[in-house]
Amino acid sequence: MSVATGKGLCARALRETYRAFRANKTSWIGLTVFLGISGLAILAPWIAPHDPIEQHIERRLESSSSTYLLGTDTFGRDVLSRLLWGARISLIIGTLSILLAMVVGGGLGILAGYKGRKIDLLIMRVMDVLLSFPILIMGLLIVAVLGPSMVNLVMAIALTVIPKFARIARGPTVALKEREFIEACRAMGSSDLRVMGIHILPNVLGEVLVMASLWTATAVRIEASLAFIGLGVRPPAPTWGSMIRDGFENILDAPWLSIYPGLCVLALVFSLNLLGDGLRDAADPKLRDG
Amino acid sequence: MGTFWGLGSQDIWHMLLYTVRRLLSAVPTLLAVLTAIFIIIRIVPGDPAIAILGSSASAVAIEALRERLGLNEPLYMQYVGFLLGALRGDLGLSLVSGKPVWEHLRNVLPYTIDLTIASIIIGVVLGIPLGIVSALHRNSYADYVTRVMSLLGLSFPAFFTAILLILAFSIGLGWFPVISEGDLKDPLDRLHNLALPALSLGLLMVAYVTRATRSSMLEVLGEDYIRTARAKGLPERVIILYHALRNALIPIITVIGLYLGILVGNSVLTEIVFSRPGLGKLIVGALEERDYNTLQGLMVVYAFFIIITNLITDLTYGLSDPRVKYQ
Repeated sequence: MSVATGKGLCARALRETYRAFRANKTSWIGLTVFLGISGLAILAPWIAPHDPIEQHIERRLESSSSTYLLGTDTFGRDVLSRLLWGARISLIIGTLSILLAMVVGGGLGILAGYKGRKIDLLIMRVMDVLLSFPILIMGLLIVAVLGPSMVNLVMAIALTVIPKFARIARGPTVALKEREFIEACRAMGSSDLRVMGIHILPNVLGEVLVMASLWTATAVRIEASLAFIGLGVRPPAPTWGSMIRDGFENILDAPWLSIYPGLCVLALVFSLNLLGDGLRDAADPKLRDG
Repeated sequence: MGTFWGLGSQDIWHMLLYTVRRLLSAVPTLLAVLTAIFIIIRIVPGDPAIAILGSSASAVAIEALRERLGLNEPLYMQYVGFLLGALRGDLGLSLVSGKPVWEHLRNVLPYTIDLTIASIIIGVVLGIPLGIVSALHRNSYADYVTRVMSLLGLSFPAFFTAILLILAFSIGLGWFPVISEGDLKDPLDRLHNLALPALSLGLLMVAYVTRATRSSMLEVLGEDYIRTARAKGLPERVIILYHALRNALIPIITVIGLYLGILVGNSVLTEIVFSRPGLGKLIVGALEERDYNTLQGLMVVYAFFIIITNLITDLTYGLSDPRVKYQ
C-alpha cells in the first residue's frame, strides 16, 4: 500500500531542499561566515590576545598598534579580545533563545492545530496578546521585570518569538490533521502524543527550521539592542551591544570603538539572514526555480 | 482579479459584515492585552513610592504617597479603575511628575509620528521602484545586487545605522545636528532635525518594501491577464504600472502594515542615538524611574497601535483579493 507517511513526506522534502540549497551560492556564503564567527567564538579563550576585562587605564583609547590590534577602549581594555569574547554572548543568547522559542512555540502551535477548538482558541489568543507589542518593547519590559542576566535575556527574547513559531507550526498541522495517514494512525490506536511527535512534527519541522535561522538573526539583533539600551548582560562582561554603547559615548575621540562591534553584529546578522533566505527559497517549491 | 469598485451590493454587504466581525474579534484581544499590561507592570520590581521619594524617605511619607497614588487600594479595584480609564483614554497620572500620562504622551507623540511617517515615505519611494526593477529583471545582475543589498539593509541594527549616519553627516560633514530635537513649530527646523533619524529607519523600510514589492510583482507578472495585456500589444509601461503594480500594491501595503511594529520598536533605538524626544525615550525614562503609570500608558498606546494596524492590514488584505470571502 502506498500511503504517504509523515516520515516519507519529510525525507523527500528534505532531499529536495538540500539539493536546492546546494545550488544557492549566497546561502553558502552565509553559512561559511556564520560558521567562521562561531569558530572564532569557540576559540576565544585560546586566540584572544588579552584578557577581555583586564584594565590598563594608562593605555585608554589607543588606536590600533601591534600590541592592541584593534585598539583599546575607555578602560584600556583590548577591543579585539572583547569582540572575540562578545561573539560568545551574542551566539549563546541568540541560539538558546530561538531553540527555546522553537521548542515551546512549535509545540504549542502543533498542539493548538491538532487539538483544535477550545485549546486552539486559548493558545492562539495568548499568542495574539504577545504579538500585540513590538518585539523590542516586549523584550525591554521583560528584561526590566526579570533583571538583566544571560538566562533572563534568553527567556525574554524567547517569549517575544514564541508566538511566531506557534503560528508557523499551527498552519500545516491543521492541514495535515485531515490527511489519510494521520487518520489511519489514529484508527490503529496511536496516542495523540505519538501522532503529533512522529507524524506531524517531521512535516512541520522544515518550515520551523527555516524560520529559526531567520529569527536567530533577529534574536542577535535584539540582544545587541537591549545591551545598547543598557539592559544586556551586566558589565564588565563584553557584549557587542554594550561595546557600541560605550563607543558611542566616545564617538568624537574614538569612532572605531562603536564601528568594530557594530560591524560584528552586522556580519553575524547578515550571515544568518543569507542562510535563512537561501533555506527558505530552497524549501519553497514555488521559489525553487527562480 | 476583480477590484473593490467592481463589487456588487451583496459583496459590499458581506464586506461590511466581515469588517464588523473583525472589529468585534479585536475586542477580546484588546481586553486580554490590557489585562496582560496590568499584570506585567505590577511585577516590575521596586516600590514606586520609594522610587519617587528615595530610600531615605520616612515610612509615613512613603505610606502617604502610596495612598495618594492609589497603590493601597485592593488589586481588583486598581484593575477595574485601569480598564475603565484606558477605555476612556484616561491613562492616569505620572508617578514622577504628577501630571496626566496622556499629557506626556501628547508632547512626544508628534516626534514619533513624524519619524514613522517619514521612514515609511522613504521606504515606499525607494523600495517600490527598486522592487519593480528587481522583479522585471529577475535573476539578472541588477536583481542579484538589489536582493543582497536589501538583505544587508534589514540586517543593520537600527542604532548602528544611526551612529554611522551621525559620523558621516553630523560629525564629518556637519550638515545635520547631532542632537535631533527640533522645534515643532518651525517646519524647516523640524525637517532638518528629522532627516537623519528618518533616513536611519527609512533604509530599514526600503529593504522590507523592496523585498515585498519584488515577490509581489513576480507573482502578478506570472498571471494570465498580464499575458493577455501583452498579447493585446499594450505598451510595457502601461502593463507594468497600470495592470501589474496596481494589483501588486495591496499585498505590499499589507507587508508595510506588518513591519510597522518593527519600525515603531526600532524607533526607540533611533530616538536614543539622536537624543530625540519620542515614545522610545519616554519608555526608557519611565523604566529607569519606575514610573508604572507612564509605562502602563505607553504599553496601552503601543498595543492599540499594533492591534489597529493589524485590523487595517487584515481588512486591506480582504479588499485586495476577492478570493478572501467576506463570510
